Amino acid sequence: MTRLSSAFSKPHPALVCFLTAGDGDTAANLDALVAGGADVIELGMPFTDPMADGPAIQAANLRSLGAGTTTADVLGIATAFRQRHPDVPLVLMGYANPMVRRGAEWFAAAAKDAGVDGVICVDIPPEEDDALGPALRDAGIAPIRLATPTTDDKRLPAVVEGSQGFLYYVAVAGITGMQQAAIESIEANVSRIKRATDIPVAVGFGVRTPEQAAEIAQVADGVVVGSALVELVAEHGADAPAKLRELTAALATAIRAAR
Amino acid sequence: MNSPNSFRTMPDERGHFGDYGGRFVAETLMPLILDLEKEYRAAQADPAFKAQFDDLLEHYVGRPSPLYFAERLTEALGGAQVWFKRDELNHTGAHKINNCIGQILLAMRMGKTRIIAETGAGQHGVATATVCARFGLPCVIYMGATDVARQAPNVFRMKLLGAEVVPVTSGAATLKDAMNEGLRDWVANVHDTFYIIGTAAGPHPYPELVRDFQSVIGKEARAQMLSRTGRLPDLLVAAIGGGSNALGLFHPFLDDPDVAMLGVEAAGYGLDGDQHAASLLGGFPGVLHGNKTYLLQDEDGQITEGHSISAGLDYPGIGPEHAWLKDMGRVEYTAVTDDEALDAFQLLCRTEGIIPALEPSHAIAAVAKRAKEMRDDQIILANLCGRGDKDIFTVAEKLGVEM
Repeated sequence: MTRLSSAFSKPHPALVCFLTAGDGDTAANLDALVAGGADVIELGMPFTDPMADGPAIQAANLRSLGAGTTTADVLGIATAFRQRHPDVPLVLMGYANPMVRRGAEWFAAAAKDAGVDGVICVDIPPEEDDALGPALRDAGIAPIRLATPTTDDKRLPAVVEGSQGFLYYVAVAGITGMQQAAIESIEANVSRIKRATDIPVAVGFGVRTPEQAAEIAQVADGVVVGSALVELVAEHGADAPAKLRELTAALATAIRAAR
Repeated sequence: MNSPNSFRTMPDERGHFGDYGGRFVAETLMPLILDLEKEYRAAQADPAFKAQFDDLLEHYVGRPSPLYFAERLTEALGGAQVWFKRDELNHTGAHKINNCIGQILLAMRMGKTRIIAETGAGQHGVATATVCARFGLPCVIYMGATDVARQAPNVFRMKLLGAEVVPVTSGAATLKDAMNEGLRDWVANVHDTFYIIGTAAGPHPYPELVRDFQSVIGKEARAQMLSRTGRLPDLLVAAIGGGSNALGLFHPFLDDPDVAMLGVEAAGYGLDGDQHAASLLGGFPGVLHGNKTYLLQDEDGQITEGHSISAGLDYPGIGPEHAWLKDMGRVEYTAVTDDEALDAFQLLCRTEGIIPALEPSHAIAAVAKRAKEMRDDQIILANLCGRGDKDIFTVAEKLGVEM
């Protein structure tokens, strides 16, 4: 059993927590997420042009790059995390260009060496899978695809095909950190996706509070929280770990009580 | 690399030009991109679509644009005959409108009721606002806050035409950031919104359809040249930012083996530093804004900011078909500095009584170099893709003139 499949085999839905690498003291912040009860860590690779992100994560990307974060730094953060937390799944999330810059095979091998379990690439849809997917699968890293409210039944098989680890359902047609979708729409879409695949389905985009997380936990295998955590890093700087742990614990408690 | 039988059959069915192009977009946009392709194929097969497009180009845009022999410039340069395709005489003053007419007709075919676009210097924004006013559709233009500040006349033009201009403050607040913001709007409004992309770049089918709409330039020029001189030109020259005016001129000639082609990038302060906008000559292949192409980027794949005196060439990418044509060797690419473009700008003003935009001034600078190396029975045809009214403030500042 892989680290990712273990995380989704717990008696409760998985809490997936996102932070941008290199924004603040990432090691301390990630440790706080784990201590608070995060089941999966999603580590954002900063990019100059984060087209799918709202203001909070855009700003985190710019802060990180402004502090001089390089790809080697991101991989270093992952490597150190893996040494501290041998069992917590770690997923890299980001955009295609920094991932393919030195070649897909180079990136897949480097991520594997760093102990990364999965990769979410926002701007590589199934139609362009060749650009990264085969290299990830060959290296034993799960390519985690995104499904959205616009992914109709006709497209769904193509999205599911070749996806591993979990499927990330983007609850709103839009960017990260904005409004939440109606729970009825999330429930209908998650069950539609689950009819098409056996891999777990986690739901993200617009999930900020324990109440929202609990609601989604009733209908999905995982809940992804990003912008609300990233905002804590922006607001509290060196004091962020305590705040991150507090919110993560509240989210984890809510999710565990949901079912 | 083997030479194909034709250079005019790209892209393939997946929207790839060799290694370049494709559909690198967020999943939310994929269904829409696939719909757009389907609708474009239907429009291509529909004589009524072509008839409406042609009618608007003739009576609204003012096509065909003239083909003009620049006699005094030719004399001044002392070499090949220099001819211009006068796309600066189009309604709104540049080639951009050709594409906007085509795309807004597609938007209406798809039942979309809201238009968005990005703009750098404001030329594409003005052209988009123009067609939106013409067809009564609401229009939002994303423009970097830096560009809003330095292109005030075009901002006012867009507002006069009824568009909402949204200043973008993220990143460096220039064209690429405006494009990011346009894409963010689009993913949140896919149900009713059409994104009119301003150059032959972005996810498939945009590079193809923009090229096709702009190919009116080359089709007219080819026929005009044959009818005026009985022969084809020896060399085509066009400036390249994203590359739509160049592809529009080049594409209809790609299978004429005796016609050489030269694309001219912006070298800014020079190619040896990083203050230029020459993606093909100074960049590396990568993925941005929906396509794989040459990009200005660092060793980690972070996009770097280009510089050019011309805000219309100041983009860190390039249309994917140019990337392919470069690798195939069918088109030659060169670059011209800010200072060379500024000299060419003044040269054309004084020899021909034409104030060119700073974008084609780059092409004219390259023409000036090449013409001298060619015989006087040879013909250079350059695309004069925009007029310079918008640029007089920039030029005055560069020349140290107070207005």
